Amino acid sequence: MAKEVENERERAGSGGAQNRTGGSENGSNGARHDFAAAERKWRERVAKRGVAPAKTSSGLDLDILYTPESLRENDPLRDIGLPGEYPFTRGVQPTMHRGRVWTMRQYSGFATPRESNERYRWLLEQGQTGISVALDLPTQLGLDSDDPGAVDDVGRVGVAVDTLADMEILFENIPLDRISTSFTINSTASILLAMYLAVAERQGVPPEKITGTTQNDILKEYVSRGTWIFPPEPSLRLIVDTIEHCFKHAPRFNPISVAGAHFHDAGATVVQDLAYTLADGLTYVQRCIDRGLKVDDFAPLISFFFYTHNDFFEEIAKYRAGRRLWARLMKERFGAQDPRAQMFRFGVVCGGSTLTAQQPQNNVVRVAFQALASVLGGVQSMFTAAWDEPFAIPTEQTAEIALRTQQVLAYETGVANVPDPLGGSYYVEALTDRVEREARAIIDRIESLGGMVPCIQSGFIQKEIAVEAYRFQKKVESGEQIVVGVNRFARPEPERRLELYQSDSAAADRQRESLARVRATRDSRRVTKALEALREAARGKDNMMPMISEAVKAYASVGEICGVLRDEFGTFKEPVGL
Amino acid sequence: MERAIRVMVAKPGLDGHDRGAKIIAYALRDAGMEVVYTGLRHSPEEIVNAAVQEDVEAVGLSILSGAHLPLTEKVMAGLAAVGRENEIAVFVGGTIPDTDVAKLKDLGVAGVFPTGTPLTAIVPAIKEAVEARRVAA
Repeated sequence: MAKEVENERERAGSGGAQNRTGGSENGSNGARHDFAAAERKWRERVAKRGVAPAKTSSGLDLDILYTPESLRENDPLRDIGLPGEYPFTRGVQPTMHRGRVWTMRQYSGFATPRESNERYRWLLEQGQTGISVALDLPTQLGLDSDDPGAVDDVGRVGVAVDTLADMEILFENIPLDRISTSFTINSTASILLAMYLAVAERQGVPPEKITGTTQNDILKEYVSRGTWIFPPEPSLRLIVDTIEHCFKHAPRFNPISVAGAHFHDAGATVVQDLAYTLADGLTYVQRCIDRGLKVDDFAPLISFFFYTHNDFFEEIAKYRAGRRLWARLMKERFGAQDPRAQMFRFGVVCGGSTLTAQQPQNNVVRVAFQALASVLGGVQSMFTAAWDEPFAIPTEQTAEIALRTQQVLAYETGVANVPDPLGGSYYVEALTDRVEREARAIIDRIESLGGMVPCIQSGFIQKEIAVEAYRFQKKVESGEQIVVGVNRFARPEPERRLELYQSDSAAADRQRESLARVRATRDSRRVTKALEALREAARGKDNMMPMISEAVKAYASVGEICGVLRDEFGTFKEPVGL
Repeated sequence: MERAIRVMVAKPGLDGHDRGAKIIAYALRDAGMEVVYTGLRHSPEEIVNAAVQEDVEAVGLSILSGAHLPLTEKVMAGLAAVGRENEIAVFVGGTIPDTDVAKLKDLGVAGVFPTGTPLTAIVPAIKEAVEARRVAA
């Protein structure tokens, strides 16, 4: 898609800059004229040598050199500005990482709440500053651990949470007023959020002190992560319910983290990744406005989440362009005035599909470079994946190296000292401008097709991404795309005799037993009453969060709550065309 | 001319990662096969029924959640129950530790493609397995 909107003027080679050197000189700018002339000569000389073409990972053509001439259309105050000021190209806070190092938050969770609680406390002892909860697929899909459809997936890719009792154990001895928690949860986010707030209440922590995030971004689930349950409309309603609830009761909690991560990891280019994410963001903002919420009230609660992949400068440009484009869209389209309502705050994952099973320890190096790009891009929180992620859940040893990677970066290299250290780089600014322009063009195209929801229902976005993933794979197999240890510098792989995390099959049984205990001891009349009230609410238009909270506090399970909502809302029909 | 191989690419269990499944589906189609893709979250029973109904000669199961052993076991048992275990070649791909490859083969799987397996290994393996079954039949 990037190709279709390619700006011819920006094509590589010497032509572009030459053609633009005339015209702007009016005699008062001799130095600039001298530079342009020198650059022209340089380009002629270099062109004679023959220059191999180069592209970014998104297929954007690169010039051989970037100079002040590359930024002729860039207005430093309008387009680059200052950190902490509109349009936030240089960062959302004035002092960025000198003021406060990013949050180091390793995605973790497995087996039962007891085992995960131990891992969280261990990570906090190692200097981690936030918790990122990985939930198992049944919890993400609204199925209880004893559901026949869940039996093979309980506690596997994350921790199983069936009822509030599990959430209480998960955060035992973890002070929720001092630790921020991120939940990778989408379809069932409203339920998990209600549980988290209930645990905080029990710890005596008032909701206005709670910090953290639920991912709660259903649109990308339909496209590339797959944990959808309900159709788009009721799902969007639930999301607006959580945003409204947090704004009123837990204003420091980010109820939604709009994620480009999974687009990128599924195959989307950097430019598509940014465009689809912002298009999703715009959809959520519009739904909140349709509900009657004020943009300056709720927009500060929205954050973003990405994967940083291997194209170092294009990833940095993605984050810088993302901040600027989001700020502009929020101001231009929705009239956001509060700077916080214009801010594109984001967390990242480093790793994912860029990690290789071959020569897996090379992944430590990939992740380190991705982490550096994220920091130079102005990240707020980061998860660095462990090198054994292509084949297993990290062990304590591999998880430790992943965390140490961030700590070395933060405390040894000096990269945290100055905000946006690449600001003003001719290349980075030109690439930032270009990525912004390309992303805006894709957003315009999506909107001309009716917006993200119809583009997802028709399978259009899914197909764009799958085609891009296949194209990338073919480039890897042909050797056009170099992957170290895979198609270059490869050697026969020794059999992996690694100490891998082994999932514990007894954990699922323990989880089912504990769910049975909760069911046997709770006040079943209170559960029935709460679920009936939720059903009534689902049929109406009011915010459902109070009813979900009551059901949670009555120890109704995730599966029971979702069962009611499934009855009322139905389920999404996946477009499966290739 | 020999008839095109019919193959089904399936996502059993709850795992929603379909990048690999779709890449494989495209590659098999480019190799001249007729490809059916199930979409996400199908039970082993549904996959067996669909394989029989669609009259495919090979099924590729894509599993990245770690649940490959129990899910594959159920698919194999389902095929055996309808007497098709020798006709339909089953392949498994995804996040599969080396130690599980032999276990999957013991279940009767024709080929296992852990993370990192190139398409140039996957496409011929499926072709060969299907052709061998055609000869045997």
